[in-house]
Amino acid sequence: MNYNWNWGIFFQPNPMGTGTYLDMLLSGLVLTLKTAALAWIIALITGSLVGVMRTLPSRGANWFGFAYVEFFRNMPLLVQLFLWFFVLPEILPRAAGLWLKQLPNAPFWTAAIGIGLFMSARVAIQLQAGIGSLPRGQRMAATALGLTTVQVYRYVLLPMAFRIILPPLTSEFLNTIKNTAVAITIGLLELTGEARSMQEFSFQVFEAFTAATLLYLLVNAVVVTAMRFLERWVAIPGYITGK
Amino acid sequence: MKNFCRIGLALVATFAVSQAGAQQLTGTLKNIKDTGAITLGFRDSSIPFSYLDDNQKPIGFAMDICYKIVDAVKKELKLDKLEVKLNPVTSATRIPLMANGTIDLECGSTTNNAEREKQVWFTNTHFLTASRYVSKKSSGLKSIDDLKGKTVVSTAGTTNIKQLTEANVKRSLGANIIPAKDHAEAFLMVETDRAVAFVMDDILLASLVASSKSPGDYVISKDAFSKPEPYGIMLRKDDVPFKKVVDAATAALYTSGEGEKIYNKWFMSKIPPKGLNLNTPMSPELKHEFAKPSDSPNPDDYK
Repeated sequence: MNYNWNWGIFFQPNPMGTGTYLDMLLSGLVLTLKTAALAWIIALITGSLVGVMRTLPSRGANWFGFAYVEFFRNMPLLVQLFLWFFVLPEILPRAAGLWLKQLPNAPFWTAAIGIGLFMSARVAIQLQAGIGSLPRGQRMAATALGLTTVQVYRYVLLPMAFRIILPPLTSEFLNTIKNTAVAITIGLLELTGEARSMQEFSFQVFEAFTAATLLYLLVNAVVVTAMRFLERWVAIPGYITGK
Repeated sequence: MKNFCRIGLALVATFAVSQAGAQQLTGTLKNIKDTGAITLGFRDSSIPFSYLDDNQKPIGFAMDICYKIVDAVKKELKLDKLEVKLNPVTSATRIPLMANGTIDLECGSTTNNAEREKQVWFTNTHFLTASRYVSKKSSGLKSIDDLKGKTVVSTAGTTNIKQLTEANVKRSLGANIIPAKDHAEAFLMVETDRAVAFVMDDILLASLVASSKSPGDYVISKDAFSKPEPYGIMLRKDDVPFKKVVDAATAALYTSGEGEKIYNKWFMSKIPPKGLNLNTPMSPELKHEFAKPSDSPNPDDYK
């Protein structure tokens, strides 16, 4: 290996004049976290709605939930982002397309919404599985008590199902963070994007990607720890996830 | 200081070689002799420097130069047969593959600059290019100042986006600069009106325009963001004997007039696979550089 290691590179000024190379990576990290946070909020809300629809007695709702999930989970995320960013504005009416294209921070909004919708299909499947794993008697008992369908979900099924699926949701959240790296394809300079810029400017490939890897690991460690606390906090003694 | 050191190194190495005799090979040359093979790194879409033709075979201006270098290496090592292996590289993989010995020469459109010389060496410059912008004729842009308040795209991690950012601050243009993943995507942004202009090396712009759906719709600016910057064939750092052979080969090629012939083949006539003609005559700077080959990373040295 004939490689000139230079760990000091992080403290050298970057050519964009925005501080050091480390500042460049950190600004990428901030963008990664913002994108992931917005995407996760979208994924949780939409995913929960679709997940519930898939378990409702209504055939129409079932069918919609099925179509939604199959649409979003069967296409690679990379392709989806490309479609949202480049193709969608072209098929809209010209004025609307132009508005979309000239939106400030268009790559950020496209990435957050695109990744959010992609992940929502996965959240929906998890929630459907969680509700499906509850004993059938629970729904019947709740109905027998005179609760409406909304109340059955609100007071009986969802609080249980969400507790059961909390561990898989943690890993979906981690996936959301990692998936933000795909946003580089539509020009969002998040952590991976900044690491790539750094290697193009300085040719210090290994240092750039080592730092990016460590930052991703660090963020994921924080998320895992936080989710463990959350799991313990919402656990009900005697139930599947409680002790 | 650095150049001085390198001259010193070269002198020491020449001395060492003449002392020990040519059989004491080191580094890349020894490797090539031992394995009977040399590996060239190529790019898949750097038209016309290094790209794939319709048989998926790498061709281009830089590839032709590399094959001339291969001939010189073969002669230097007195080999009857030298196998040429081809390895695709991208901007992200060219350094690791060069460092770990997978490729011996990178034949593409890599800018030679001082920062990069800390990691690799370059042989004599084979092309000079300046940063300009392409825009649609219909948008009526002429100078750099016309970009005031407009959305401008460039490729992330390039020297061009750096120059654009600097110009934006220095001339207080207030332009909205967006980075694209690669050249094709950046050009697509101009094509779809997402950005009004794309700042890049003028020769790459010329090839993007030539291969676009309607080449007549686009115009490349006269104004440049930079002095002409050198492209070089990349080789491993600190391999003095190999660099000597490669430098001698490229210098002989450029000064003999054969360099100009190869230039005209790729820049002044129809090139495969689609028969594009880039119509880019050799610049006076490059003519001068071919007459007096140099591996300097400093744009001021090319006049």
